[in-house]
Amino acid sequence: MESDAMNDDRLLLLSSADNVCVAIQTIERGSSLAIGGDLLQVEERIPLGFKVAARDIAVSETIIKYGAPIGSATRAISTGSMVHVHNMKSDYLPTYKPKVHARHDPRD
Amino acid sequence: MTLATEILGYARTDGRKGIRNLIVVAYLVECAHHVALEIAYPFRERGVHLIGFGGCYPNEYADRMMRQLCTHPNVGGVLLVSLGCESFDRRGLARAVRDSGRPVETLVIQEEGGTRKTVGQGRAWIESTLAALEATLRQPIGIDELVVGTICGGSDATSGLTANPAIGRAFDLLVAQGAAAIFEETGELIGCEHIMAARASNEALGGVLLAAVEKAARYYTVLGHGSFAPGNADGGLTTQEEKSMGAYSKSGSSHISGLIKPGDVPTTGGLYLLDVVPDGEVRFGFPNINDNAEIAELIACGSHLILFSTGRGSVVGSAISPVIKVCANPETFQRMGDDMDVNAGRILDGTATLDEVGREIYDLTVATAQGSQTASESLGHQEFVLTYKSFDPIGPACLPLPAQAGV
Repeated sequence: MESDAMNDDRLLLLSSADNVCVAIQTIERGSSLAIGGDLLQVEERIPLGFKVAARDIAVSETIIKYGAPIGSATRAISTGSMVHVHNMKSDYLPTYKPKVHARHDPRD
Repeated sequence: MTLATEILGYARTDGRKGIRNLIVVAYLVECAHHVALEIAYPFRERGVHLIGFGGCYPNEYADRMMRQLCTHPNVGGVLLVSLGCESFDRRGLARAVRDSGRPVETLVIQEEGGTRKTVGQGRAWIESTLAALEATLRQPIGIDELVVGTICGGSDATSGLTANPAIGRAFDLLVAQGAAAIFEETGELIGCEHIMAARASNEALGGVLLAAVEKAARYYTVLGHGSFAPGNADGGLTTQEEKSMGAYSKSGSSHISGLIKPGDVPTTGGLYLLDVVPDGEVRFGFPNINDNAEIAELIACGSHLILFSTGRGSVVGSAISPVIKVCANPETFQRMGDDMDVNAGRILDGTATLDEVGREIYDLTVATAQGSQTASESLGHQEFVLTYKSFDPIGPACLPLPAQAGV
């Protein structure tokens, strides 16, 4: 698969419009990660398939993956941080989400 | 068509052809389930599958589903097992099967004299009918006569990267050759309805597709829960719309020719959306209580086989139609390879491209139609579930006009 030249081989930017990359293999905590031209220390384990901020994302900013909106940030997210239920939310069907996500936060 | 891809189908009187020649044993209320299972179980490796409807109250949807399933091209004969006092229209169902030219028998447990006698009668009927089915006429069946459904189950964040878009490539190959390809679960298209509607072969259909997804969003909002399971979040999917974008990629890139509802058989080749969310007020609970409820609906729409994408690792197959498992996640494939037919996770480590895996799925679809067993078939999987639902018939904008056939 193609990957962005600015990014680590373990990350995939699905569309040039995206502000998140996808980990195409599990990235261990503490390893260094090239992203957006920067070299960062990974602060948390990023499992296969999980999302990583490709750049700094402001609170309420729309998260773009596959070139399409998939929700919005609930807090500011810095480049290289994992993007998941703890810092973003659906812009649809908000009623069911807190239950599911509160129980299944992968950081637990 | 070259000789290597020739498929011999089982000819049916409605013009359709099956890729399997099964006997279906169908219980018509939960109270007859055990007896039906006892009848079918000794024949489970000889092409006898168990289906049924558990409810005692009448339901038009369930009635239609059972008729479509019992006259599915993969089915050669039908044994109905009734307790006797349930409200299911067993005579109507038996008549529909008889009119289709298939052997059919109805056993009413209360009339036969209980469990043991009914089981004995049923097994004897199956023995003689299995022998009779060997005489079924076989005819070549073209790719353009195939109906293929797709579903994703146990999705994770790899599903939308590998298995789903690879199935989309296989769908493109099938549609290009005139097959009918069906994708579904409008509740898993929430968030990509506008992109999808833009692919409709005409404007009126685009409106129908949008309305179907809006209906799903309303329905799930009332239920307070989307089509999003805890395992989806554990697997790296965060929101319904993210899951939707991944699921949507199973549809490939063909124009969308029509929208159908459970039991509607596509009138021509092309790509169809199956609207699985009931019409009207929310009445009977979740649209589909699990993946097999959706698979049964795809099969009721005539699907000869099902392409099933999984990331977390589903093991299910189905009664009536073979299920090809496309595993999205290479780590899951390592653990559960026996249950999988295709390792789409190779796309992530760069050892295969989307096009290559798409072609592999297509080739396996042809091989399965030619009779080779899928992983779930060889493991004996024959899951089936059917619950209460209600639908309005589809409108005129839903199906392609004859002039648009094959668009």
